[in-house]
Order: sequence, then structure tokens, then C-alpha cells
Amino acid sequence: MELITELLEFWQTRYPKILQYTLEHITISFLAVLFGILLTLPLGIYLTRMKFKPVRETIFGIANVFQTIPTIALLAIMIPLLGIGTTPAIVALFLYSLLPLLRNTFAGIKSVDPGVIESARGMGLSPVQTLFKIEIPLAFPYIISGIKVTTVYVISWTTLAAVIGAGGLGDLILAGIGLNSKVLIITGTISAILLALLADLVLGFVEKKVTKQR
Amino acid sequence: MIELKDVQKIYEDGFQALKNINLKLEDGKINVLIGPSGCGKTTTMKMLNRLIEQSRGTINIDGTDISTMNPIELRRGIGYVIQSIGLFPHMTIYENVATVPKLLKWDKAKINDRVTELLEMVNLDPDTYKGRYPSELSGGQQQRIGVIRALAAEPSIILMDEPFSALDPISREELQDELIRLQREIHKTIVFVTHDMDEALKIADQIILMQEGEIVQMGSPEELLRNPANQFVENFIGSERMAQAKDLPSIEEILKDSVVSAGENGTTNEALGIMSEQQLDSLPVTDDKGVFLGQVSLYQALENPDTKLSDLKLQKEGFVSTEDHLSRALHYMEEYRLNVPVTDVDRQLIGIITKSQLLAIMHSYYDTKNEAAI
Repeated sequence: MELITELLEFWQTRYPKILQYTLEHITISFLAVLFGILLTLPLGIYLTRMKFKPVRETIFGIANVFQTIPTIALLAIMIPLLGIGTTPAIVALFLYSLLPLLRNTFAGIKSVDPGVIESARGMGLSPVQTLFKIEIPLAFPYIISGIKVTTVYVISWTTLAAVIGAGGLGDLILAGIGLNSKVLIITGTISAILLALLADLVLGFVEKKVTKQR
Repeated sequence: MIELKDVQKIYEDGFQALKNINLKLEDGKINVLIGPSGCGKTTTMKMLNRLIEQSRGTINIDGTDISTMNPIELRRGIGYVIQSIGLFPHMTIYENVATVPKLLKWDKAKINDRVTELLEMVNLDPDTYKGRYPSELSGGQQQRIGVIRALAAEPSIILMDEPFSALDPISREELQDELIRLQREIHKTIVFVTHDMDEALKIADQIILMQEGEIVQMGSPEELLRNPANQFVENFIGSERMAQAKDLPSIEEILKDSVVSAGENGTTNEALGIMSEQQLDSLPVTDDKGVFLGQVSLYQALENPDTKLSDLKLQKEGFVSTEDHLSRALHYMEEYRLNVPVTDVDRQLIGIITKSQLLAIMHSYYDTKNEAAI
């Protein structure tokens, strides 16, 4: 009971600061996922066109390796390479986002019925038109679901980025550990959870919207 | 006119899919490419819109070598229907049908009118179906959309790759009937690939039967049924269908051995003599070289005794050649109520088909049909 009143009081007095941490958190996660999408969308499409299998497997292998490195280790490695702060955190989380994004884009484009593509070509759509009018719209449910899952992961991993001085809600938690403050820890945790849930909800809504027609 | 000259296709792995294809596909006809799987029929068809490029030889459409054309523009001028239907699942029926007109930048009102017209053509209510998605339609309805989508931009050529083979038998029959009906209105040059001989016999004007990358035989369904080029063709058509086709004999088979006729310089009295002797109620008249001039009927001869035949108004129509199908002789018999003279291609009279003969043929034909039905 006492904890709840403490929490409410903390939120009331410190909400601008909490909001600032949350915004930092959103920025880091958003940028990491955005860069991930910018790389994996064209790359995933390109890989579906590639006839030479070993190259494709190598690229998937590399993306896979980033996934296997423990988050804290990957963040730590960034320090000698890029120093501390927001940038190395975004880079590390970007590397994490690659595999799920790439895999879903690839699978999505691959899932398009070859008959549909053949009839598009046969009707005289150019390769670019086929890609933008047929393949990407049809692969979109896969792509958006990949983005959703990845975003939720990245939001939760972003809390760790505070370790290398990136800021975000992780800062609250780390401070809570240092000061032995339940209020700080709980505030950081709940905010991160709410953020992840919200992202899941919004992207889930988009996902539903684009798949509904079929 | 589509013309393939010495066309070959050799794949990178050395497999020769087509060996020297020479083929003419006439305008406004349904040309059916048929054969067992792997015979090259689909490859041949897909070369026409350059989805596959030939290794050697030339393909001309209306005199233009298509390898000199932009493949994308070429394809926009050729309708294309495939077996798996290939409707775009994320687009409405309207958007699907409007695809090529939109690519060709037709204006909106024109596209809308065209889509409405096409939907009505296949008896799908435009207001109901325009806004639906393909998944909301039955298989047969989907392929109707597939067909009208190919017709949308009014191409003169339509390629159809086993378009009905994935449908249930009832829908398939319906769509075949509809295609035949549509073709009477639209007169497109249709290239239709199938492996179903019944389908080919039903819809084709010309059948091109292929085996292992070569054309084994091409001709009308009638020709294939009557004169299969070899054992393979016979086997592919099947003995049952051949037997059925043989029920109705060809004109040549039923011709009377002797030519009964009167010369144009003869008189009606002479003609009456021949008619009573041969038990005929009409008689063909020829010139001194045996060329068919017309027919004199029994009543005509009786009404005009002692008249030179060349002075009479002879019935010049209503004769058949040996190339014709027996059904044409039947048709003439009904129209002119006379016997049907038979000539060769140079109009030389070579015989006559009488009413009693035809009656006997029809009788035996329906007898065997009924037996088969029982």
C-alpha cells in the first residue's frame, strides 16, 4: 500500500523526467528498427531474386550470428568500436533486428503465388510494377508481422542499452539498482512493458487492416 | 496471323524442348495445342508473348518479328489466362479486370464501362461483383474473371494455358460452352493449351498435336479423327472417340460407284429416262467435260418435255465436294429438297448422294449411338 502511494507521488512529481526517458527509449528503438527495415526490405527482396544459393545462406548466417551474441556482450563490444552513448546502442539493436526482419521479408515475397506473378508478367506488368503492385502488397502481412515482433523485442532490449550510456528507461532501472529504489525500478519496468504492449497493439492493428481484405 | 518458322528451344542444360516448329495460327480461330506433358505445348505458347524466348527461328505476328518488339508492350496487346487463374488476391474484381486498361492509361469512365460490359458478357452482375475480392468467388466465377481480364484491353490474340483444367467437371463444361459462345461474338485469335482431348475436340478450329517437341499432326478436329497421322495420334485420341467419329462416314465413303448424269446438250426426255431407270427424282447435268452445271428435278423435266437441258433453269446450288463433312450434304438436302451432287475440287462431277442413302446412314448412326448409350 505504501509502495503504491510512493509510486503515485513519484509519477506525479517526476512525470516530465519519466516522459523524457520514455521518449529517449522510443527514439532508440524506433531508429534501430527503422534502419533495420531500410536495410532488410531491399535486401530480403534481392535475396529472393538471387539464384546463387551460397551467398544467400551466408547473408542469413551473418544475420543469425548477431542474434546469438548475448545482448549485453554486443553492447559492450560497441564501446571500443563506437564509444558510449546513443549511437552505439542504436547500432547494436539494429544488428539484432536484422534476422527477424530479413527472414519475414524473404518469406513474404517467397510466399506470393507463382501463378499470380506469372499472370502479372504475362499481362505486361514490368518487373518494377510487379514488385510494387503485386509482390510487396501480397508480402505485406508477413513483413508487418516481422516488424511487429522485432519492435517488441527491441523495445525490451533497449532497456539494456542504458548500460553503455544510451539513456532510455533502462536509466531509471539502473538508477533504481544503484539507489536501491523500488519505485525507480518499477517505474522503468512498467513503462517499458507499456511501451512494448502499445507497439504490439498499434502494429497488430495495422497487420489486421492489411490482411483483412483477403 | 501468327507464324512460327523453324522455331527451336534448347534450355541451358542442353534439353531440347522444341525441335523445328513450323506453324501458322489463323486469325479469329481457336487453335488448340495439345499433347502429353513435356511435349512442348506450353513452351510454344509462352514464346508467343515472350515469357520464354526461342533459341532459334522467328515468330511473326501479323508480319512483325516479335523479337524486335518491346516484350512488355507486346504482352499488353495479348490476353493471357493461366491454369491457376492468377487473379490478384489483394485487388477487387474491378481492379483485376482493369489492370491492363490502367497500364495503357485509358480514362476512368472508359475503363468502368469496359469492366461493366465484360462482367455482363459472362453473366456476372457488375454491381454485385465489381467490389468483391477473388476469394469471395467460386472457382468457375474466378476463371470467368480470368478470361474477361484477358479480354479487357481488346487484344486480338489471347493465350490460354490449360485455363479450365483445375475446375470441377461441371464448371469446366460451362466455361467451354461460354468460350465458344464468346468467340462467336469476339472472333479473337485464341491459342489454347490443354491435355484434354475432349476439350480440344469440342472447342478447336485447329488442333496442333505435339509430341516430344515436335508437331505430329495439325488440322481440324474432323481431320484428326478421320485421318490420324500415325499410331501415336490414334492412341492419343483414343479408340472410343475414333469409333464414335467413324459412325458418320465421309462423303467419299458413301459415294455411288457410277456417275449418273445427263449432258447439257441432252433433252428432258433423255433425263427422265435416266431418272426412272436409276430411281432418282433429280439428276445432275454436266458439260461435255464432265463439269457440274446444275440439277434438273423430276417435276421440272415432266413440265418441260422435249426441251434441251441447257435451256432449263437448273439448280446450280446445293452440291458438295469430297472435302466437305457429311452434315453439309444433309443441310443442302433439307434446303433444296434434291439429291446432292458431289464434285471434286475442280467441280468435276464424281457422284451423287441420294435421300434414301442418307436416310439409311442416319438410321445406322443413331442405332449404334443408342446401343452405346444402353
